[in-house]
Amino acid sequence: MTSTPMQLDPLENPKMREVIDNTISEFGDQNGALMVVLNHLQERVGFITKPMQAYVAEKLGVPVSKVHGVVSFYSFFTTEPRGKHVVKFCIGTACYVGGASQLIDKAKQVLAIEPGQTTPDGLITLEVCRCVGACSQAPVVVVDEANHGRVKPSQFGKVLTDIQKSEAAV
Amino acid sequence: MAYYRSTVLVSMDPACIDKGALAVKEQLINELANLNLSEEVQVMDIPRIGDPETEGPDILVYPEGSHYIQLTTATVGPIVIEHFIKGRELQQYKAQMRDVTDEELREPKDKEIRVILENIGKIDPRNIEDYIAVDGYQALAKVLGEMSPEEVIQTILDSKLRGRGGAGFPTGLKWKFARQSPDTPKYMVCNADEGDPGAFMNRKVLEGDPHSVLEGMTIGAYAVGANQGYVYCRAEYPIAVSTLNTAIEQAREYGLLGKDILGSGFDFDIEVRMGAGAFVCGEETALLASIEGARGEPRVRPPFPASKGLWGKPTNINNVETYANVPKIIHRGLEWYTSMGSEKSKGTKTFALAGDLVHTGLIEVPFGTTLREIINDIGGGIKDGKAFKAVQTGGPMGGCLPEEFLDLPVDYETLGAAGSIMGSGGMIVMDEETCMVDIARFFMEFTQDESCGKCVPCRVGTRRLLEILERICAGKGVPEDIPLLRQLCDEIIQDSLCGLGQGAPNPVISTMKHFMDEYEAHIYEKRCPAKVCRSLITFEILADNCTGCTVCARNCPVNAISGERKQTHVIDTELCIRCGICKQVCNFDAVVIN
Repeated sequence: MTSTPMQLDPLENPKMREVIDNTISEFGDQNGALMVVLNHLQERVGFITKPMQAYVAEKLGVPVSKVHGVVSFYSFFTTEPRGKHVVKFCIGTACYVGGASQLIDKAKQVLAIEPGQTTPDGLITLEVCRCVGACSQAPVVVVDEANHGRVKPSQFGKVLTDIQKSEAAV
Repeated sequence: MAYYRSTVLVSMDPACIDKGALAVKEQLINELANLNLSEEVQVMDIPRIGDPETEGPDILVYPEGSHYIQLTTATVGPIVIEHFIKGRELQQYKAQMRDVTDEELREPKDKEIRVILENIGKIDPRNIEDYIAVDGYQALAKVLGEMSPEEVIQTILDSKLRGRGGAGFPTGLKWKFARQSPDTPKYMVCNADEGDPGAFMNRKVLEGDPHSVLEGMTIGAYAVGANQGYVYCRAEYPIAVSTLNTAIEQAREYGLLGKDILGSGFDFDIEVRMGAGAFVCGEETALLASIEGARGEPRVRPPFPASKGLWGKPTNINNVETYANVPKIIHRGLEWYTSMGSEKSKGTKTFALAGDLVHTGLIEVPFGTTLREIINDIGGGIKDGKAFKAVQTGGPMGGCLPEEFLDLPVDYETLGAAGSIMGSGGMIVMDEETCMVDIARFFMEFTQDESCGKCVPCRVGTRRLLEILERICAGKGVPEDIPLLRQLCDEIIQDSLCGLGQGAPNPVISTMKHFMDEYEAHIYEKRCPAKVCRSLITFEILADNCTGCTVCARNCPVNAISGERKQTHVIDTELCIRCGICKQVCNFDAVVIN
C-alpha cells in the first residue's frame, strides 16, 4: 500500500493518477470489469474515494450510482485511507468461541482505538473480519497479509510491538 | 523415452537463484557428465523445495527423497560422488528431518477415507507435473478421447454425486439441464466463495491441489458444452487465488486448457475472479451478479442459472469440492466411487473440524459416518476433559445438535431431518462452557450484517431477531420473547428470497428446540448457565487460591483489579467489563465466575 497525503485525493496526485489510469486500461475492457478494476484499485491505491468512483464510472461508461453501489456493498472496499498496517481480528465462529472478543478488548486497551479506526500516527488500523478460513488456529489475528494463530490476549502486545519495531527499523 | 534411475529436482525459487541456484545446477550437470551419469540421472527444475531463505539453493533426489540444502558449487561434487557412485547420503548437507505438522491437515485417522484431500501436502500445487504424476488429467484424456458428453453426464448421474456446496442437488442433473439449454454460449462457474465461518475445506483444496478442480471443471465444460469458465474465489484467500492462477497458466502451457485441448478440437479456458468480502455472494445468483461486476444481490429463481445465468446465458455452477470429485469418479470408476457412502449420498465429504476438540483441522469421511465417530474417534473428543454440549454443522444457516443426535449418520437427509443442514462442511463442536443463547446471538449478528438488504424480511427480520437475542443475553428478556422469536423465524423463512434469509433463523430455531432450558434460565432467572453472557455474571478472586502474582492486574484491560504483590487481589465489579482475561491468565484457578 502506498501512503498518500490524507488531504489530497489520489486523483490529484500525478503518481497515483497514473496508477489509477493504468489499472483502468489494464482491466477495463473485459466482461464484468467493474469488480476487477475496483479490486485492483483497492489493492494498489488502498482506498476508493468518491472522486475516484466518479472517475471510474466515467471511464468505464457506467453510472456513478452503480460504482458507488458496488463499493458500498462489499466490505473489502474502503473509501478512506487506512493505516500503514492493518490488524484484522477474525470473528468467525471458531475464533469467536476461541476468545476473539477478549483479543479485541485487549487491542482497544493498548491502542486506545475502536475497530474500524486508525491510530493517530497513521500506523495501525484495527478491523474485524469474517472467517479467514484458518479455523484450526483460532483465534486468528491477521496482520497485513500474515495470519497469526492461537493468539492469547497476553501475547497480543508482542504482535503490536513487532509492527512498531519493523517500522522503527525502516 | 529415456529411462533414468534417479531424478534430481533443483529449486528455482527466485531467492534460490539469487543465492546461486543456476550455478549449482550447471555444476551438477557437469559433475554428472564427468562421471558418465548423464544417461542415468535426470536433472529437472522445480519451483521450490524447502525454505529458500534458510535452505536454498537446495535439491531433492528421487527415488530416495534426499533433500540437500545450502548448496554451493563446491559442495555439489562431493554429494554427486557420495550419492550416485557410493550410494550413500552425505549427512552434513542433508536437511534435518522436519516435523511436518500441518495443523490443518493431520495424518488420516482410521475412520477417514481421503479422496479429495489425498494429494494435498504430497504434491507441489505449483507444479503441474506433480499432479500428472499422480494420474492427474488422465480422466480428462479419457473423457475427450473416448466419451461423448452424454456419456459423461450419465456417468456423473450414476455416481450419485451431489453438490458439495450444501444443497446436495445431483450434479449430473445440473449438467444435464445446462446441456439441454438451447441458448449459447454456455458458462462453467466454480463457486469458491467459501464464506461459512468455520469452513476452510475449499481453501485447502485450491491451495494444495488446484488442478483437480480445473480438471473437474474442464470435464464438466465438455459435458455441458461450455467454452469459458470462471472460478469465483473470495478475496480472503489470496494464496488460493495465486495458486489457481499459476495452475491455470501451467495447464494452458501443457495444452490442457485453451484451444483444442489434447488435440480433441474442444476449447475451454478458465479465469479467476475475486470477490470482495460479501458472504451472500456464495449464493449462486448473487455470485453471478458479482462476476458481472454488480452488487451481489440474489434474484428470483426460476429461471435457474442452467437456463439463464451469467450474462443471461446458460451457466453451470458447482462448488470446488464437487468439481474435485469428478476426475476421480471418471478415472477410478463408478464401482469404486459408489462403494463409499450411504444409500442416497455416495462418496466422501470433507469437514473442517473446529471448536473445543482435541484434534481440529480438516477431515474426510464417507457419507454415513456418525457424528460421534467424527467427534470422538477422529476429533479425539472434547479437550480439557470437559463435557460435550452441541455440534454446529452447516455454517450460519445450520443448526446446533445436542448429545442425543450424535449417532446420526452424516448425510444430507438425516442432518436436514434433525433440524440442521449439511452445508459446505463446517463442523464446530462446543463444550459445556458455551452459552447456546449467545451462540444464536452470534450467528444472528453475522447474518444481519451479511444480509444483502434486498428482501425486507431478511434485512429487518434478522435485525429484530438480533435485538431480541441481545436483550435476552443482557438479562432483559421477557417471557413474550419466546413466541415472538418463533413467529419472526417462521416469517423470515417464508418470505425471504434466497438461502441466506431462509436459513438465517436456523440457529435460533435449533437452539430453542434443543436448549430451551437455557433460554428460560436467561429470561426467568436472569442467569446464564454456561457463565458466558457478560451482563449476567460477575468475576471474583478466591482469597484461598490467589498468590498475589499480579498477572491478572497487569492483563486487565480496564484496570479493575487492585492488590499489592503477594497479597490477595480484588476485582472492582463496577469497573469490570467481564472480559474474562483475568480468568484465562490466572495460573492458580483463583478467578471464578458467579
